[in-house]
Amino acid sequence: MTVNKKDVLLSLRDLEISFGEGKNKFVAVQDVNFDIYRGETFSLVGESGSGKTTIGRAILGINPTSNGTITFNGTQINKKLSHHQEQDVSRKIQMIFQDPSASLNERATIDYIISEGLYNFNLFDSEEDRLQKVTQIIEEVGLLPEHLYRYPHEFSGGQRQRIGIARALIMQPELVVADEPISALDVSIRAQVLNLLKKFQRESNLTYLFIAHDLSVVHFISDRIAVIRNGRILELAETEELFNNPLHPYTQALLSAVPIPDPKLAREKKLLVYDPKMHDYSVDKPSFVEVKPGHFIYANAPEEEHYRQLLDEQAQGVN
Amino acid sequence: MTENILTVKDLSVGFQVRGKELKAIRNVSLELHDQEIFAIVGESGSGKSVLTKTFTGMLEQNGSITHGTIDYKGKRLSDLKKDKQWEGIRGKEIATIFQDPMTSLDPIKTIGSQIAEVIIKHQGKSKAEAKKLAIELMDRTGIPNAADRYDEYPFEYSGGMRQRIVIAIALACHPNILICDEPTTALDVTIQAQILELIKELQREYKFTTIFITHDLGVVASIADRIAVMYSGEIIEVGTCDEIFYNPRHPYTWSLLSSLPQLAQKGGDLYSIPGTPPSLYKDIEGDAFAPRNPFAMKVDFEAEPPMFQVSPTHFAKTWLLDPRAPRVEKPALIQNLHERFEQTLVKDNQLDQDVKVEENLEDEEHDRK
Repeated sequence: MTVNKKDVLLSLRDLEISFGEGKNKFVAVQDVNFDIYRGETFSLVGESGSGKTTIGRAILGINPTSNGTITFNGTQINKKLSHHQEQDVSRKIQMIFQDPSASLNERATIDYIISEGLYNFNLFDSEEDRLQKVTQIIEEVGLLPEHLYRYPHEFSGGQRQRIGIARALIMQPELVVADEPISALDVSIRAQVLNLLKKFQRESNLTYLFIAHDLSVVHFISDRIAVIRNGRILELAETEELFNNPLHPYTQALLSAVPIPDPKLAREKKLLVYDPKMHDYSVDKPSFVEVKPGHFIYANAPEEEHYRQLLDEQAQGVN
Repeated sequence: MTENILTVKDLSVGFQVRGKELKAIRNVSLELHDQEIFAIVGESGSGKSVLTKTFTGMLEQNGSITHGTIDYKGKRLSDLKKDKQWEGIRGKEIATIFQDPMTSLDPIKTIGSQIAEVIIKHQGKSKAEAKKLAIELMDRTGIPNAADRYDEYPFEYSGGMRQRIVIAIALACHPNILICDEPTTALDVTIQAQILELIKELQREYKFTTIFITHDLGVVASIADRIAVMYSGEIIEVGTCDEIFYNPRHPYTWSLLSSLPQLAQKGGDLYSIPGTPPSLYKDIEGDAFAPRNPFAMKVDFEAEPPMFQVSPTHFAKTWLLDPRAPRVEKPALIQNLHERFEQTLVKDNQLDQDVKVEENLEDEEHDRK
């Protein structure tokens, strides 16, 4: 496998995130383990309330973690960091938000919005240098330098999302957490934004953590996908593997919900509904196991056996 | 031939914005057949919501019908002016479900009372009867333990559940036409699929006509009988669901289909439509899509194309259908749509139906050799 040779940029181990204390303690995310390799697009897919955004925010240090570690470039980042380290991490991990109208300051010009990070981290030598950087990035995201002196409300949703991307990328990050960056956009604009993200990845070896609820969108953009439900990762595999051999019933249900843009097939399609009661975890406790190199699933011993069998049968069928 | 329940002729709608006129709808004609699901597809700003707002008299203050007529069951809706005149129609005959279920429910009233209120007002039932009917409706729209959840508030419901309640409220007065304005856009895909199923089921049971507005062609493939595609205030193509997906004729419909993420090729770029829609403040010369259309001809910039008839049910507004136009094939990406999806779908379900699929795969191997 080629994946093994790649170097790990971000690593989550036994991560738990909880809100409240004592009686009111609510565990939003538990036992999350995964690595993100440099230069890849890793997608976290789940429904609302599954904890996918919470994980993204924890990586940025917005949500405190209650257990486990987040390691970035070999340094643990979910603990007290020195000022210098913190500056370094907050520059290298950037976020693109879902709602491009709520995430831009309505009273600031585009010029200020994009340069804010440069000001905070003193990343420019002179006013000329700053202007040159801002102009360059705004052109790269497909807007014009004259747009710099306008305000967010003067732009359409797709253009605002481009501004959000420019603001994140001017910091020259290593990891970009993109939280549903295209959910609020029209189908035709989605394509433009996705292509733009891909372009930047090709040019500067960026790593993306892509958060989404729709498997059809992540199919196109991701290298690997993790499916999350109720704060737990249920299945993790390379994109093609996950689409070809979805093992966990929840993954199958998610796949069946993706609309098929073909009337004949769409009318025949059966919608699978996932019922967590189908798992009997009273005796055998489940854990996150690797059933095939790179393909992980949350299962107990009998289920693991069953999944391995399915994979074997499938492998024989193809050969 | 099915009966028409609503007929729109040459409708134009304008808005007064800072002393300028914005033409949101330009000469739209359509016929709505009884008990069909009619989908209207278009990007934001194409006028799809504005069009349906004229059916219930809900245009914003600065908007008005500047031309054309809307007829519903012998009544001329386009002549109605005052809210009083609309009372018998809005909600009772033609109801609307909106995109965001949180903003269409009252946050400080219980779920049950919001449904019962509508039943009391429109059907003149007593309080007790209304409660019984409301619980029945909640049950029908798939709310578990409806009786217990009658007294809960909207914040205690999830997004999908709230949308079910909005549907229940809309159905409480047995409307003849249900307008669904992007009802699933704010929901998760799994919930979206369930709501689509629900609308289909309820339609069979209550026998209403549905207008389904969306920007995503993929969503309506499973439920629409007919589809209209809108671009900058015009219907540019209309046909049965199969005709729009398998035999689209307008280059804009081609672009919409091509940009579906389900069609993306791994490693390549997604298709995206170049440019932006035209400004609606200006008069549009020729074909509105021409500047973004790779197939545009000289005539597209000079004269507005008429509606050409492709089949008894299929119409498209493009000069490409003129007999004098050169023959242009639709883009390769959307040819053999059905065959392509059949293949990918078979691949996705390999594990479910292993025996059958194995045979198919062997056949394919064979073909390749």
